[in-house]
Amino acid sequence: MSLKLTEEDRAQLGGERGEANRLAMSVIVRMANVSGADSLMDIVGAHIDSTVFQGDATMEFAERLAAHGAKVAVPSSLNVSGVDEHGWREWATPPEWAQKAHRQMIAYQSMGTEATWTCAPYQTAFRPKFGQQIAWGESNAIAFANSVIGARSERYPDLMDVCAAITGRVPAIGLHLTENRAGHVLLRLVDVPRRIQEDDSFYPVLGHLIGRVAQERIPVVEGIEVAPAEDQLKALCAAVASSGAVALMHLVGITPEAATTADAFQNKPPQQIVEVTMDDLRQARRELTTAEGEKLDMVVLGSPHFSLAEFKKLAPLLVGKRRHPEVQFLVTSSRLMCNLAEQAGYIEPLKEFGGKLTVDTCILTTPMLHPEIKNLMTNSAKYAYYSPGLLSTQVVFGRLEDCVQSAVEGRVIRDESLWKR
Amino acid sequence: MERMIEGKPLVAGAAKGQALVTNEPLSFWGGYDQWTGEIIDRRHPLSGENAKGKVLVVPASRGSSTTTAVLLEAIRNGNAPAAIVVSCVDRFFALASIVADEMYAKPIPVIALSEEEFASLNNGEQIEIFSDGRLTVENAA
Repeated sequence: MSLKLTEEDRAQLGGERGEANRLAMSVIVRMANVSGADSLMDIVGAHIDSTVFQGDATMEFAERLAAHGAKVAVPSSLNVSGVDEHGWREWATPPEWAQKAHRQMIAYQSMGTEATWTCAPYQTAFRPKFGQQIAWGESNAIAFANSVIGARSERYPDLMDVCAAITGRVPAIGLHLTENRAGHVLLRLVDVPRRIQEDDSFYPVLGHLIGRVAQERIPVVEGIEVAPAEDQLKALCAAVASSGAVALMHLVGITPEAATTADAFQNKPPQQIVEVTMDDLRQARRELTTAEGEKLDMVVLGSPHFSLAEFKKLAPLLVGKRRHPEVQFLVTSSRLMCNLAEQAGYIEPLKEFGGKLTVDTCILTTPMLHPEIKNLMTNSAKYAYYSPGLLSTQVVFGRLEDCVQSAVEGRVIRDESLWKR
Repeated sequence: MERMIEGKPLVAGAAKGQALVTNEPLSFWGGYDQWTGEIIDRRHPLSGENAKGKVLVVPASRGSSTTTAVLLEAIRNGNAPAAIVVSCVDRFFALASIVADEMYAKPIPVIALSEEEFASLNNGEQIEIFSDGRLTVENAA
């Protein structure tokens, strides 16, 4: 199969639209060849995860594009950066890191993008619509766009999403095409009671399990009997995209393309059927905790970035309480959500409690934590999954209420009544 | 004893090194230390091993979109595997190598094998990769 290019594709590739478009199109075309695509296709939007600062190479890539006057061809939101632009001095972030990460921010802002600086772009004006072809980076956002909204994005890696945004073109492969969106593996919930399904902690746990089972396949999940809230689905998507390479999962009755199980599989038989019992869920829940004992240095919430609804849920839990002096309490979110939460009066209780806010980034994408922070507690499967490796910390996964109570008492407390046998 | 395998070059190039083999996909973000080459995903079977200069034999990348950025940094800093051998068309590893080529003219070979050939590789074997995608494999002594 050979790749067919349009006249405009060739003009970009040949340098007629400038060096930035040439470089971006060269990457897109080489990736199309790797994937065996026979053509490129248009996109209507992009979410650029290349903003995550990893070091000199990611900065040099952004600055090379910017120096050649790169401009995005489609509306493009920006994922988290490597530094909280205005708040980093309160933390352990080394100035040299902050300076380079900031240079990278400026480079991406110069390309005609919107400075959303968030890993939850689906909770901004950039939320795509059903059926739209988009190029999104950031694993949780990709999973959400495909699984909850029914927009169509491949799993775009960093460095490619910005090339798609600049050229407006992607290889016509994978999840952009209907025939590749059929389910592969069926996960059937067996006797998972409603009181579990209604609880926020069910979704990160279920997602962790699904990702581990599905790996790179498309899972179809049968047996969710409640109507999950948006932020519960967000937690599910973030978890599934951490423990597995899942860009699309079909939640029967929830995913727009999965009104029925047969629809989810496009009337083909599943490759595998896996029953998910309460014991499996308890095991998955245990896997999200690495720490033993009660020691606690910090509670951290907001991966993906905390939404207005999550601030609303947190605020009353904090009123009239104060964190233990030896336990830090941090919420990571976007500037937009923090502004909305401030106007709604949800930030005041957080400040009174002794909590802090970080925007633009998160604890995983900027070296903000002091090395003495060794024991974290979180309600996020994504923070729980990645912090042991990225931050060399121990972690405890717990419900939001338990996170608050633990911060108050200065030690890990988990109410096990919901999950006990 | 030496044997030969025909691979498909996702990104072509020549390299050789000792095989570091796993059957479990790996996210480089949170899984690979770009400053040392150590595998740091504490849930991964290769946790604590060092892949710098080795031929990393891993079925695929997983999870985070930032795997490519970490691999690009590792290539730029000289802490990447000498080559990566996968059992599918792994676009994340391929992309990092393509951008390393565009930016620094320093790609690393990324070679896809069939599942059977992939399964035939063992930890510690010496692997040489040729630019047409062929591999020669020498048993560990």
